[in-house]
Parts: sequence; structure tokens; C-alpha cells
Amino acid sequence: MNAYAKRLMWPVLILVALIAVNIITTGIDFIVPSVNDDRLGGAFVNILRRSAPLLLIALGMTLVIATKGIDLSVGAVYAIGAAIACQMIIDSSDQTAAGLVFSAIAIALVVTAVIGAWNGVMVAYFGIQPIVATLILMIAGRGIAQLITGGQIPKVQDASPFTELGRGAFLTVPIPIWIAALVLVALALLTRRTALGMLLESVGGNPEASRLAGIRSKGITVLVYLVCGLCAGLAGLIGAANLGSADANNGGQWIELDAILAVVIGGTALLGGRFFLLGTTIGVVIIGTLEDTIINVGLSSQWQFTAKAIVVFVVALLQSPEFRGWFLKPFKRKPAAPATAPAEEAVAK
Amino acid sequence: MFKKALAGIGAGALLLGMAACGGGDGGSEGGGDDGSLVIGFAQVGAESAWRTANSTSIQEAAKAAGHDLKFVDGQQDQEKQIAAVRDFINQQVDVIVLAPVVETGWTDVLQEAEDAGIPVVLADRGVEAADEALYVTRLGSDFAEEGRKAGTWAAETFAADADGTRILELQGTTGSAPANDRKAGFFEVLDAEGLNYEIVDSQSGNFTAEEGKAVMETFITTHGLDGIDLLYAHNDEMGLGAIQAIEEAGKVPGTDIQIIIVDGSTAGFQAGVDGKLNYIVECNPAFGPQLMDVLESVVAGDEVEKFTPVEEGVFDATQFEAELPNRQF
Repeated sequence: MNAYAKRLMWPVLILVALIAVNIITTGIDFIVPSVNDDRLGGAFVNILRRSAPLLLIALGMTLVIATKGIDLSVGAVYAIGAAIACQMIIDSSDQTAAGLVFSAIAIALVVTAVIGAWNGVMVAYFGIQPIVATLILMIAGRGIAQLITGGQIPKVQDASPFTELGRGAFLTVPIPIWIAALVLVALALLTRRTALGMLLESVGGNPEASRLAGIRSKGITVLVYLVCGLCAGLAGLIGAANLGSADANNGGQWIELDAILAVVIGGTALLGGRFFLLGTTIGVVIIGTLEDTIINVGLSSQWQFTAKAIVVFVVALLQSPEFRGWFLKPFKRKPAAPATAPAEEAVAK
Repeated sequence: MFKKALAGIGAGALLLGMAACGGGDGGSEGGGDDGSLVIGFAQVGAESAWRTANSTSIQEAAKAAGHDLKFVDGQQDQEKQIAAVRDFINQQVDVIVLAPVVETGWTDVLQEAEDAGIPVVLADRGVEAADEALYVTRLGSDFAEEGRKAGTWAAETFAADADGTRILELQGTTGSAPANDRKAGFFEVLDAEGLNYEIVDSQSGNFTAEEGKAVMETFITTHGLDGIDLLYAHNDEMGLGAIQAIEEAGKVPGTDIQIIIVDGSTAGFQAGVDGKLNYIVECNPAFGPQLMDVLESVVAGDEVEKFTPVEEGVFDATQFEAELPNRQF
């Protein structure tokens, strides 16, 4: 088993366990997709569809974290992206015009990309610590979104093609799943089939050494924050399209924390360096499945946060080689222990 | 590295400072001789159209009465509200108005206000009974009464339902007064009327359309909609989200499943006119002028009741269309 598969093993096992719990409590229908109005449905497909915005944000976050950064502003950028698009659409006379919807989406994406790039400039060129640089927009961003919507919740007509972005389907697969899958594949190809991924890990490992080695680390840093902002804006558009409205205050609330959680569950260390887009994806699906599991096993709302904390705690422990070593020690055969333990440690490091 | 960190913290502190005083505008001269008051108002947030209408009503009423209102948006975060109340105490405002996001955890900060001699009036939402001595009065909706109104309609509508009424409930934010009381009042009436019912599932949708829709989707995949008679949503944002989920599952909201919502925004009434829901219990946000009267009596030292209810109505399918133009939010 190579190091990559090993990283993925624990999150995958947790996900399988969660799915098993759901199948036991609600039956095999949980995992089997059904078709409704030419759109795939069923519990698990719904989870994937609802997880799409979180996945987009978590993928962007993974790249940022690979450069030893963090982006706390994604939830606010989500709200800004949603607010711009919805407000533009309700301000126009014909909400069903395709041209209007396309330009609203384009403007929202450009603005959120610029916001992301601004975060990157503050980090790379002004030397502000990422947590502080992005905290600024985390606090101010929702205010900006409220200014855009005038403190109201703009409601787009159901007939507007904009809602397709969240509710529609292409070849029966819900559009949010398509978008998230395409972004995942694009980012994976971009970082694994070109040198970009290696450059990212290099910048995250040691920005100064990377610069001396001839890597334009500042430009790369700005690029990843830009991508992260763009992903957050796209996530906001999907969320707003699903509801047909943009809620400046609650849209994507705490999504930055769920995204960081997903990245960590997926095996990417907050210290920067190596990153795992597929691990992040599994982390996102774990979080999405967990929310349904709480309802399906009949826990009351009061248990929601505690149950989430317990699962995250277990994942974090399983991810720790030190914990696994300590926990599994009594079960290991004595003669084998001295021979395998150092080797395993070396792989883990 | 250390310098960078310092600069960062400095920038952060500056920003937090800006955020903290972004709420009210100046006016530190205090309650003048002309009877105008300095009012500190810690609002829940702007989580719904209801809340925005409530904020607007209070801001306009304060302006009309010539009072200086320091408005802080708590963004649904109790920590922010506690910080806001502490700020008001430091600024020595004449009276503090608090719309607490949750019921518990207010003892310390309310005690501080009392020690500073500043009266606290609760607007809209309440706090737990143990803290009753720490505020003067609560002006707001009687949430339990709203729940009872919803329960009365449900008990009448489903009285003839022989095989038992199967109910789904979308609760508000866990631990908040409206969620607790709307639930309690509703089932209190169902039990008193002896309705044969079953709670199929009851979960929090956190008063937002996003979570209301997500939870309803899960209800649908877990329980199906075939045997469900009634959906009771604690506010209309969640109800409207749930209506979308029901429609996307290929069912007809209002017909296949009867729906009660509390609040009664324009969007809620519009859904009623479209036949997508069956009963609206009003929760009236426009109590700004009434609040100003209460604050003036409190500061003047008049005796006030511990609770002042806001006037609210109920609307069924025959009344939606006529009432729609009267909606203020």
C-alpha cells in the first residue's frame, strides 16, 4: 500500500461505517439512487448534491493550506457571490433572460476571484499572516453582502434559469454534482499532471528556499487564493440557485470551518506541503453524511454538534500515527514489533 | 517573523475596533433634558425578512421619537450580543434593549447592567425564568400562544382523521425561545384536544431556508411523504425551503401535505395565495412605536407589567389574498 492510499484508508473506513449505519437504520434505499423528474435523487445523491458547495470551497482551501496558508473569508465570499448574482437578477425586468443570468454569474465570479486575489496579495506581497489577512474579509464580507442586498433577502423567480444551477440536472445527474466533479478533476489534473502541484508543495514547505530555487512563490500564492475565492463564489452561486435566494447573513455560515475540517479529515496537514484533493473530497462527503446520519438515527437537534465533534475526534485520532501506534501496541506480536514499527513510522513521516 | 505577527495582530485589532463601533453613530451626549433617550439595542441579526422589518420598525420609531438608538447587529452570535451589552454599559446608555439569540447564559451580563443601574428591556425573545429579576419587562410575541394558535387549527382540521395525524416539525434554532415555546404551545393544544397524532420527526432547521430545505429533503428520503399529513414549520423561511423540497420530490405542498408556518412575511403569504400552504400564524415585527412607549415608561420609573404582548393574528386559505397587500416584510 503506498503512502497516498494509506492516507485515504482511515477517512474511507469512517465514511463506509457512516453509510453502513444509515443503511441499517433506513434500509438499502439510502445508497440506491432514484429518479425524480429526470433528476437523480435518493438520500445519498441528495447528500452529494448538497455537499457540492462545501466541496468546492474545501478544494480551494486544500490548495491554500498546501501553501501553509488558510482562508477564513470563504463563507463571506460565498455570501457576496450569492448576493451579487441574486440582486442583479431581481433588479432586471426579465428574470428569465439567459443573457442576464450568464452576465450575473460572470460578474459574481469575477468579483469573488478579485477578492480572493486581494487576499493573496495581502499574504504574498504585504507579508500579512494568512489568518489575519483573511479574517478581515471574514468579518467585513457579510456586511458587504448585506450592502449589496440592502439588508433584504432577494428572492429570484422559480422560472429564472439561474435556479437550474442548483436544482437542474444534466443527463439526470444534478448540476451541482457536475460542477463539483469538474472542478475536482480540473484541479487534480492541473496540480498532478503539471508541475504546479509540486511548486505548491514547495512553496508551502519553504517559501524562501523555493524563491531562491527560482520559483515565483508570490505569484503562486496569489494564484491559489484567487482560485479559493473563485471556488467560494461558485459555491455561493450554487447555494443561492438551490434556494432561489441569497441570505447575506446565513448563506454559507461557518462553511469555512467545515471546509478546514474536511481538509484535515482528508489528511492534508495544516503545516503546508503535501495535499490530498481526493482526501478532502472524502472529508466533505463524511461531513455531509454525518448531518443526515444524526437525523436518521433519530438523535435530537441538541445532539447535532456533539455527534459531529465525536466523529471528528475519532477521525483525528485515527489519523495520528502516534495514537495508532499506542493503541495497537498491545495487539501486536512481540517479535514483529521492533522490526515493523520503525519502518511504519518512516512511511508515516 | 515576530514583527510580521505584531503587525498582523495590530491590523486585526484595528479591524475589530472598526467592526465594534460600526453599529451606532456617535451621540455620546447622553439623555438630554429634552427627554430624549440614549438606547442601546442588541439585535439578534438580520437572519430573516422578519428580523429586518423588526430592526427597521424600531430604528424608525426611535428616530420619530427623537431618541438616540445605538444599534448592534449580533449576527446570531450570543458572544457578540454580550459584548454589545457590555459596550452599552460602558457607554452609560439610559436603557438597554436586548433581543437575546438564545434563552440561557445571560445571568452575568444582565447582573452587570443591573449593578450599573441601567434598566434592561427584552424585545421579541425571552430569557430563562431564573433571570427574570434581571430585566424590567419583555415586549414581544407570545410564542407559546403562537404555538397554541397553530395547534388549535391543526386539532380542528384533523379532528376527523381516523388513522391518526402524522406530523413533521421543523424547529427553529435549538435552545431559542421561539423554538421552545412554539413547539410546547403546539403540542400542548394537541394533547388537550385529545388529537390522535404521531410526531414522525422533528429537527432544527435553524430558522433558515437553507437548512429547512436540507432537513426536509432528508425527512422525505427517510420517511417518504405518503403517510405525512402535516408539516409544522416554526418560521416561514424554513417553511418556504421545505416547500421547495416537497415540490422537487414531485409532491404538491398544501395538498399532499398540509403546512402551517409561523411569521407571515410577504413571501409566506404569496406561497399561501399560490395554494402551497394552509395556515399562517402571524408574528408581528412592527412593534417599534410600542417599544418606544415602554422604554419611556421604564426610564420614567413607571410600573410596567413583566410581559407586554404584541398584537397578532391568524390567517387561513380564505384570507391570504386579502391580507397580502398589508404585509410589511
